[in-house]
Amino acid sequence: MIKFVLMVNRQGQTRLSRYYQPVELGKRAALEADVVRGCLYRKKEECSFVEYKDFKLVYRHYASLYIVVGITESENELSVYELVHNFVEVLDKYFSRVVSPIMFNMDKVHIILDEMIQNGHVVETNHSRILAPLSALDTLAHS
Amino acid sequence: MSDVVERTLTALPSLLSSDPSPGRPSSTSKLGTLIRGITELTSKHDEEKLIQRELVSIKEQVSSPNTTMRQMKELMVRAVYCEMLGYEASFSYIHAIKLAQQGTALDKRVGYLAVSLFLNESHELLLLLVNTVLKDLQSTNLIEVCMALTVVGQVFPKDMIPAILPMVEEKLNHPKEIIRRKAVLALYKFYLIAPNQVQHIHSKFRKALCDKDPGVMSASLHIYLEMVTEKPESYKDLVVSFVTILKQVVGGKLPIDFNYHSVPAPWLQIQLLRILSLLGKNDRSTSEMMYEVLDESLRRAEMNHNITYGLKALTYVVQQDANLALQHQMTIIECLDHADLIIKRETLELLFRITNGQNVKVIVEKLLEFLRHSKDDYVTIDLGGKVTELAEKYAPDNSWFIRTMNTVFLLVGDQMQPDIPNSFLRLLSEGFESAEEDQQLRLLAVDSYVSLLQEQPARLPQRFLQVISWVLGEYSSVKEGLEPATVLRLLAPLLDLRHCSSETKSWVLAAMTKLSAGPACLSVAQELAERHGGSLDTTLRQRLHELQHLASDGELLRRVLPCSDGLEPLEVDSTLSFLDGFVSEALAAGAAPYKPPHQRQEELAQEKALSVEPYGLSLPLSLSSSSIAGRLSPTVLSMSSGLSGNSTELSPKGGSALRLEGVTRVWGKEGYLAKAALKPEEAAKTEVPCPLSVLQEGGSAPRTPVVSLPAPAPGPSLQAEREKQQLASCLFMGLGSQGAAGPCLMGKAEPTRHGFRKKVKGQGSSSGARGPSGDSASSSPSPLSAQSAMDNLLCSSPLDSGSTPSPADSAPSPADSAPSPADSATSPADPAPHLPHDLPANNRPCDAQEDLTEDTDTSETVVEGNSVAVVDPYDPEPLCLSPHLPEELCGLPRSEIRPLCRDASLVLSACCVRTDHSSLLVVFVSNASDSAARRFALQMTSGDLEVSRVRGGPEEEEEHVEGHSVAVYQYSLVPTRPSVHMELAGRASYQRPDGEPQSTPFSYGLSLPDFIRPLSVSTEEYGRLWLASSNDIKQNLALLSQEPDPLRATLHRLRDRLQLNVVDIIASEGIVACQLLQGPPCLMHCRLNAGCLAVWLRSSLPELPDCLLYHCQRALAQH
Repeated sequence: MIKFVLMVNRQGQTRLSRYYQPVELGKRAALEADVVRGCLYRKKEECSFVEYKDFKLVYRHYASLYIVVGITESENELSVYELVHNFVEVLDKYFSRVVSPIMFNMDKVHIILDEMIQNGHVVETNHSRILAPLSALDTLAHS
Repeated sequence: MSDVVERTLTALPSLLSSDPSPGRPSSTSKLGTLIRGITELTSKHDEEKLIQRELVSIKEQVSSPNTTMRQMKELMVRAVYCEMLGYEASFSYIHAIKLAQQGTALDKRVGYLAVSLFLNESHELLLLLVNTVLKDLQSTNLIEVCMALTVVGQVFPKDMIPAILPMVEEKLNHPKEIIRRKAVLALYKFYLIAPNQVQHIHSKFRKALCDKDPGVMSASLHIYLEMVTEKPESYKDLVVSFVTILKQVVGGKLPIDFNYHSVPAPWLQIQLLRILSLLGKNDRSTSEMMYEVLDESLRRAEMNHNITYGLKALTYVVQQDANLALQHQMTIIECLDHADLIIKRETLELLFRITNGQNVKVIVEKLLEFLRHSKDDYVTIDLGGKVTELAEKYAPDNSWFIRTMNTVFLLVGDQMQPDIPNSFLRLLSEGFESAEEDQQLRLLAVDSYVSLLQEQPARLPQRFLQVISWVLGEYSSVKEGLEPATVLRLLAPLLDLRHCSSETKSWVLAAMTKLSAGPACLSVAQELAERHGGSLDTTLRQRLHELQHLASDGELLRRVLPCSDGLEPLEVDSTLSFLDGFVSEALAAGAAPYKPPHQRQEELAQEKALSVEPYGLSLPLSLSSSSIAGRLSPTVLSMSSGLSGNSTELSPKGGSALRLEGVTRVWGKEGYLAKAALKPEEAAKTEVPCPLSVLQEGGSAPRTPVVSLPAPAPGPSLQAEREKQQLASCLFMGLGSQGAAGPCLMGKAEPTRHGFRKKVKGQGSSSGARGPSGDSASSSPSPLSAQSAMDNLLCSSPLDSGSTPSPADSAPSPADSAPSPADSATSPADPAPHLPHDLPANNRPCDAQEDLTEDTDTSETVVEGNSVAVVDPYDPEPLCLSPHLPEELCGLPRSEIRPLCRDASLVLSACCVRTDHSSLLVVFVSNASDSAARRFALQMTSGDLEVSRVRGGPEEEEEHVEGHSVAVYQYSLVPTRPSVHMELAGRASYQRPDGEPQSTPFSYGLSLPDFIRPLSVSTEEYGRLWLASSNDIKQNLALLSQEPDPLRATLHRLRDRLQLNVVDIIASEGIVACQLLQGPPCLMHCRLNAGCLAVWLRSSLPELPDCLLYHCQRALAQH
């Protein structure tokens, strides 16, 4: 299963974090710093999967943003690797329409993520279905 | 795609104009300002300052009545952001719930979002959300229903499930797919946190599985994966359904928008394959139903060509069809030289799978190369095992095998898995079909070891030294012209090596003993005896003695260590029938018949269980020896009960026949059979792959359109390219033609080539005469040859723990001193030295230290940042208080600091400190406010305790507690009468700065052990005190029977928990003494009885034994 999803900028600052297994608030910053250290300094040609403590990290790099996903030993890295890309595709689809910096709309990114992952499992990957609730809310705000 | 975010991040111009909501520009900019502000900061300190400022401003605004829901939404997003950075914003939790309750549309959604981010399942505030959820579930607005179901699927209090369950179930029939889907996911959440609550709706899960909407169906798969994992056999009837669904998915029957890069619903496929793999596991008929669709899935799943992550998939797929690897050989070669170690290792893993007789040399060379540079213990051990496996399986010739194994021994060193040297030695000793080959192998081994010892023996790892010693001891005679004395001189210096362990020295000496024939050897032996004869290691000295003795007596040496070539398996009479004569003689002479320990134990327990009255057995005896009637001294008792201790004599069971079953079943040629015999089977099992898991993993690779591998383009690096191709042809040799020399994949039998391992395994069936336990013995991994097996049978030395090889017995002849059955049953224990089984622990770094320091950090910030909440009154122990403990009390035993009470400005905490002659209550008064608490006073009363202030003047003296300081008060407590628990009631009063008197009550609970002190007396004094006390109480207590010495362990537990003094322990009895603080002693006599601890307490104070007994019971009940 997926343990957490992190979005970090190039400086390693967390832009968004979502935990699917309880981690104490006080320990998150240290964990994130550690995770980021494990991924950010890897070269482009190096593998996108990193073994970290008793679990694995899958990361992808988009422009100035890194998306790092922590997964358990039994989770399929490739599936998560593609899931990250699917997530970014959905973000692209939504935010290219709304046009505003993604990170300033953290709430909406969270809402999108909530549609895709629940309790650490992939629950929806269909773009239009993922965006349906959010689009409905937007229409509501318009009218 | 990598510019997606770039594009969106740089597309700022139309940000404000196209933003649909009118109130948001400011909100976006506020969060934006915060984010930008944080991005620009350079130090953690600045960040902290900024966030604290932000939190203060948020806090101000959320509590303002004029804040609109829209503003509240914006505030919540900022609070979420602050908390995400690690700064607690607990004040906003309640407002998040309010927002979810009162907001509309997006505001409401953000309220729910904030709740799900802030609160975990067990947070009590979550209960406040239940009503909102209930209301929204009933809403006519589908979006609100949707939100409610989403939050229920994320975080919901377990206890409140029944309140909303009917409503969620109802939603399963909703006409809208999204509602049905969310309802299924909510039920999935319920299943995860409280499976029993959704037990009754399994039929509805089935309905969801058959839902016409693929989204609802895939949602139901989450529940099924959980349920199938738990109990696969209950869902076999669904295999057809899952197979049909998968067939439809793979066949492209889903709407096109479920495709991901033209692959039909890859994540759904993965989910289905996971379920099928669980259902088909170990079930042939079920699996057969899946083959077709699995084949189809696999056929359609094309390899992902991205070299950086396709390897793992390839590794799994390769187990199914090695030819697939052929198509990608150049990619694999690229990966081998990759800078990324993870990729490199995956590549080696892949190569390991495709190894066969033709490419083994190249692949093993690659593995060893990696091994040479590996710094990770886990990798080293893993690769060492792999190389060994390949070498044993596919070794092209003997000298390569020996060379490879030498490298493995050298590189992996002492972390090596113990079965590697074991199986290697067994290989050498048991040999193969051709005796000539065997001899050649041994000769090669001897040759290479002799030269290794001549070079730098000090560098060799222990394991390797042991292997070398054994081989030289057994087979140096194979090499013509190699004098035993020469070998001895090579081995002797090993004993001087500083890093050479005692175990290794035993191996070395064992080898020397085997070789010690002739006068030349005798002189070496004598030299050694002189040099090491004074060693403190008794085993070593014994071995030296044996060596010296046997070297001087060639005749005896030949008898003890007959020089056979060790080819025919040794016949072991595991019934030990040769001892029958000895046993019957002994029995005739009055010896007790042998009983296995477990039987002895049982009988002991049974026999004891008969006596109901704990002291019944010894009473008459002690009466006769003690002149004091009625008043028994326990010390006398313990002596007398020792007399009746021999249970075997009294045992009603056990005839004159020697009990052999217990012995033969457990012990055999190799030692402990039950364990040893299992090992190879287990190993074989792990080698068999589960084809389904293979398929599952393989098929799980998200498909991408077929892209043929870029052909190596001829260019400037033509030379390098050619080299790579050459390497490829070496590596992938034999993979294409499956027939003649196909790759031996894990689990598939190798039809043509017989590797080393194979021959050894087949040996059991071809061997001839064996004892009753012979067949099981043949498969156990023992490096034992005929000779050393004999040694072990001969050895009766109690020094021999069985963990070191015993080359010879110090006794001149086996007939002279026949060992007793029990001894010989234990001494042939595993002749291979026990190689430690401890694998390196997980390389998970211990972050306990880190956590601790972090905790202190936060507690400090809590104290400093007084604008935020102060110490939580129910914190187990406010860490910051222990430094305030008076210096003279530091280091003394104390209870943890517990909060007593708190009000707006003061927090009272207390702990109880035990000194030798008093118990002190230390009260910490921490004033977190800015102003002093004037005229502060503490009053305390208790019905059970006498309370007196220790420091300062008279009681109720008026004092001030300054702002931001901690005042400490000490009170001495003396129990007026013993009681199990004692309660102390008190009141803290002071004047607030505005002159208002303030008073807060509190109470503090203590228990008897706080006032118990050990009483040190001698056994004689104890006896006198015992007689002087009355107020008896007797009781049976639980025994810590898991411990090796239950009585001692139990008494020590009591000593540690209750501060009792264990005066003496004699055989199965113990005496314990303690004293009530400033009160009389209490004595306790304990005796083992029928698996219990029979205690007898006495004290001059009537209530004391009772109360103490209560605490004894509690102390033994807690683990």
